[in-house]
Amino acid sequence: MLKKTGIPTPEDINGAFPSEERLNKGGVAVIECYEQIPCNPCYTGCKIGAIKPFEDISDLPTINHDECTGCALCIAKCPGLAIMVVDVTYSDTEALVKIPYEFSPLPNEGDVVKGLDRNGDYVQDVKVVKVLNPKAFDKTPVVSIAVPKDKIRIIRNIKIGGV
Amino acid sequence: MINTELLILGGGPAGLCAAIEASEAGVKDIIVLDRNQELGGQLVKQTHMFFGSEKQYASTRGFDIAKILIDKLKEDKNVKLWTDSTALSIYEDGVITAEHEGKYVKIKPKATVVATGASEKTLAFSNNDLPGIFGAGAVQTLMNQYGVKPGDDVVMLGAGNIGLIVTYQMLQAGVNVKAIIEGAPTIGGYLVHASKVRRMGVPILTSHSVKEAHGTNNLEAVTIWQLNEKWEGIPGTEQKIEADVLCISVGLSPLGELLFQAGCEMAFIPSLSGFVPKRDENLATTVPGIFVAGDVSGVEEASSAMVGGRLAGLSAALYLGHKVADKDARKADYLEQLDSLRHGDVGKRIKDGIAQATI
Repeated sequence: MLKKTGIPTPEDINGAFPSEERLNKGGVAVIECYEQIPCNPCYTGCKIGAIKPFEDISDLPTINHDECTGCALCIAKCPGLAIMVVDVTYSDTEALVKIPYEFSPLPNEGDVVKGLDRNGDYVQDVKVVKVLNPKAFDKTPVVSIAVPKDKIRIIRNIKIGGV
Repeated sequence: MINTELLILGGGPAGLCAAIEASEAGVKDIIVLDRNQELGGQLVKQTHMFFGSEKQYASTRGFDIAKILIDKLKEDKNVKLWTDSTALSIYEDGVITAEHEGKYVKIKPKATVVATGASEKTLAFSNNDLPGIFGAGAVQTLMNQYGVKPGDDVVMLGAGNIGLIVTYQMLQAGVNVKAIIEGAPTIGGYLVHASKVRRMGVPILTSHSVKEAHGTNNLEAVTIWQLNEKWEGIPGTEQKIEADVLCISVGLSPLGELLFQAGCEMAFIPSLSGFVPKRDENLATTVPGIFVAGDVSGVEEASSAMVGGRLAGLSAALYLGHKVADKDARKADYLEQLDSLRHGDVGKRIKDGIAQATI
């Protein structure tokens, strides 16, 4: 249970994901914000208005997945590092998953790294497709990894080197 | 005797914002006094992005916020910044003494904002004085200010925001955190922080505490055990974890000594973490001319401390007789920001505590 372990349940995760129909249309943000805290940078950082204004700053964010373009700007804006972008149209078998990664050294594009779940446990090796670390991201680099489509709700972190 | 219009004790988020606001409100002669070599208080150690809204610099990292505030004050001719200076006492006639540049000085301000912050609590257990047992603030200072790794294998005690954030910072520094243990049945800090460290593989054990520490010259291992619903250790549940660092993060306690000495009416309010001054909505204490802001008035997040500092700075300027054209709009804005930061489950206890402290 999230409040005892820090690990969201499969129901929590499924609730944060858009519909299968929307997923199949391309990149989209998945906001895993499960607790009311006073925080709204995802809304102020969303340039296309897919993340809706907060009535109360402690509300959970509301995103219209159909308006979201998967631009990934919100990933580095979220102080809780709670947002990822999933694009299942990446290839026939794999989805592109974009996650925040604030550790040194950063992986290189093309590296094969360990894919970890929300428990920090090893799931399988994944390939790093892209690493973005512009000044605008303010030290929260965004790493894109290629993940088998059946693992998009499982893999949420990476580890470089030993298991 | 040094005469000044406004003296601000403490150069953390609350004190710095109080100085900025007071200067904007027309106060011409402000001294900010801080015992550390660097201004910014805890902000300078905070590498994570802040929560809150744009007005409290949300999504900006703590040390960058400190830089924004300090840079603003360095350019301000109304403000003198005294670092390495420790306030020592407040006397009945309003004189405040301090150690400044190696000398004992007396200051006579017309108004004072006390923004002294809070200190870390600790916990009683066998061998809790072994080298290697740190407060979480000390670990942050070592790593983020001095660039020193605290050790190799860590047990973190406390799953509040500080415990979770410092765990994350240690992982970033390449330190192995073996477990976070928490006496309460649930995680106290923000769950997004908990999920960040959990997906790095750090287990969080709720309803657990430290039974004893082991070691001869320094910490070598920690025995933890499970707690029952009365917070008593359950014999037979002990686990020994090898570790050279035990990091204690079991909450903060407001640093109100100067307020006691000044004769401010104080109240013990558990949800504000200890003895806090009674105050009105404008953050004026029961002693005329003494205002409070930040953790000394009740332990909260730095976002609230910054807004509280703004409000205390405005109140002090008005007390000093300055005319502030948009004072009502400013005050309404700060009160609204404070109220919104105290929404949600976490904020409810704070709000109840503040209601008890308000006169």
